[in-house]
Amino acid sequence: MAAAHAAVTAQPIDAARLLGSVVSDDDGAALLFWGVVRNHNEGRPVSHLEYHAYAEMAERMMRRIGDEAIARHGVGDVGIVHRVGRLAIGEASVAIAVAAPHRGEAYEASRYVIEELKKRVPVWKREGYVDGESEWVPGFSPDGETGGGPP
Amino acid sequence: MIVRSLFFAQYRDYAGADEIAVELPEQASVADLVDRLRTRAAGLAKLPARPVVAVNMDFAPLATALRDGDEVAFIPPVAGG
Repeated sequence: MAAAHAAVTAQPIDAARLLGSVVSDDDGAALLFWGVVRNHNEGRPVSHLEYHAYAEMAERMMRRIGDEAIARHGVGDVGIVHRVGRLAIGEASVAIAVAAPHRGEAYEASRYVIEELKKRVPVWKREGYVDGESEWVPGFSPDGETGGGPP
Repeated sequence: MIVRSLFFAQYRDYAGADEIAVELPEQASVADLVDRLRTRAAGLAKLPARPVVAVNMDFAPLATALRDGDEVAFIPPVAGG
């Protein structure tokens, strides 16, 4: 029975370990989505990002999204890890591993997880600019009235 | 009853605290809590008219009835990934 696991961590994400955690003997493919901090946003040079989370709820929501991906796309295990704290350029902020018997479903499930994560997982980031200023990055407002679920 | 209100990101800046405990009459809703909070800290007057909240870690409508010990998190627009 496929399952999803999720974690919020202040430690660097271990890609090999995450990938290894989802692969079973039924799988013919495993995908890793590796989201990294880039050095610019909307034309402004960025020096670092600081991620904050409502960790317990974020883990619960990510696990739920992973379970939805399994139910919708028929994939195997899904593992999701989100970093918090101060991240330098090039560090991974989020990683999503999806294993599946065939690659097509894995690509679709991976895409589903990152798009839904951005819409409803309680994580925020403060962008630090090269000029020394910092700002909360404008985000997406989950629909609290409908439970913030998928469409 | 007493409920715990949690604040994150820019809402934490508004509240000047991570967490505020609020005493409310029985049968009070999330909307009643929001009204009470607006008068508690000057910065919280800046909360949107209909803030997104999670009650005990699930997104919940403003009409949700609260119970003693509930954890009500105020969720600014999310920006994970």
